[in-house]
Amino acid sequence: MAVTVRVPTPLRSFTNGAEEVNIEGNTIQEVVDNLEANHSGIKERLCGEDGKIRRFLNVYINDEDIRFLENQETPVKDGDTVSIVPAIAGG
Amino acid sequence: MGYVKGLKCRECGRDYPKEPLHVCSFCFGPLEVSYDYDAIKAILTREIIESRGPNIWRYKELLPVDGIPHVGHHVGFTPLVKANNLGKILGVDKLYIKNDSVNHPTFSFKDRVVAVALSKAHEFGFDTVSCATTGNLGNSVAAHAVQGNFKSYIFMPATIEQSKIIGTLIYGINVVGVNSNYDGVNRLCSEIADKYGWAIVNVNLRPYYAEGSKTYGYEIVEQLGWKAPQHVVVPMAGGSLILKIQKAINEMYKLGLIDNAKTSFYGAQATGCSPITGAVKENLDAIRPVKPNTIAHSIAIGNPADGHYSKEAIKESGGWADDVTDDELVEGIKLLAETEGIFTETAGGVTVATTRKLIESGKLPRDETIIICVTGNGLKTQEAVIDKLNKPTIINPDIKEVDKIVEKQKNETAMV
Repeated sequence: MAVTVRVPTPLRSFTNGAEEVNIEGNTIQEVVDNLEANHSGIKERLCGEDGKIRRFLNVYINDEDIRFLENQETPVKDGDTVSIVPAIAGG
Repeated sequence: MGYVKGLKCRECGRDYPKEPLHVCSFCFGPLEVSYDYDAIKAILTREIIESRGPNIWRYKELLPVDGIPHVGHHVGFTPLVKANNLGKILGVDKLYIKNDSVNHPTFSFKDRVVAVALSKAHEFGFDTVSCATTGNLGNSVAAHAVQGNFKSYIFMPATIEQSKIIGTLIYGINVVGVNSNYDGVNRLCSEIADKYGWAIVNVNLRPYYAEGSKTYGYEIVEQLGWKAPQHVVVPMAGGSLILKIQKAINEMYKLGLIDNAKTSFYGAQATGCSPITGAVKENLDAIRPVKPNTIAHSIAIGNPADGHYSKEAIKESGGWADDVTDDELVEGIKLLAETEGIFTETAGGVTVATTRKLIESGKLPRDETIIICVTGNGLKTQEAVIDKLNKPTIINPDIKEVDKIVEKQKNETAMV
């Protein structure tokens, strides 16, 4: 199971500047853990001390926010795109 | 010369330089502009502010623009209207409307944030400006981009009100309709923020942009005779405005311009998009995003970036939050128009109807000063009311037909 993870600018220092990386995993949690295995230090930035994804980050599987699904336990399938997008202001 | 020290993460407190950054690169928390208040306190007085022109730049020391503003010289200082007729119907004595439906030049409070954001974009050296918008922001960025000789791209949901699309296209700039709701447009803009080197005002200029909203609060205080209002009812979309009015009042207190900063804040949303009011009412720790389903498009943000802090501000200030249905918001628009002669958009209808609800439920006291924040103009959202109004009476140019109308009106009045 490999998904494409879209990396926001502030985290590209961990991916050698890559906008997208391919990561193995069956759930969002596994994808986060494998991101850390490949790009050491990135998990601390994605998740707070409680292990939960930080509240100002939105994570999407394709077009759906994981908070409408099963949060970090949401399953992913081969070929999905996981986007990590910082929250931004209204307009 | 400005008084900005830099940017600070609201979440973890890390400091950043004065650059086009919008989130903390460590924890992704929002960045806030911080000022040298001691230096400002040494020079800024009520008299100096009062001696300046009737626009947002009368508070220039408290805005993050260092030099002469590049655009928006006539923005702001909109009327604070004592709403006696509406107050009578709602059973309150001291009710005011802060009326940004007549803000210059595009009839919403967004002219404040855009004047600041585009002046800052010019200082940073950007030649292209952009935004994700539910309508009002796009109108304002487009107008100010033309004024400031920027190129511009406006991204909006393809389904927003016709007048908001026309009110952007008219400036002859690039308008992109996206097949998505606002949250989808926002996400797209945040993903392209760094790609083209544009100033996307609500993305990479967010800390500077959001500071413009403070002027709405400074004006309320000054127009009340240098007093903090006791209660303010604010429409909430992303949740930023309520925080900036609070920051404005706290700054004025810190600078010795007012004697106290005891204001309670009340948030208003449409029930069809109420992630913040829901969290306040149910006392939730986290904001749960929702999929918007309301005619109040300008505040239909299902995933509010400042939702968490606005919820906290409401609770800490002793205020409350509530939401109203689409039918109630239309009644709110009509009520304000029929009592005060002010035609506001759907968001204003939400705020008026929520104020009524908060008064009736006892959350808002009847004998204290209440400000209703009207932030946009009803001519932009005519779709909301077009089927809810009477039709004009059509006659021939004949005085007898006028007699008939007057007679009919008399009879109707007599029956009431």
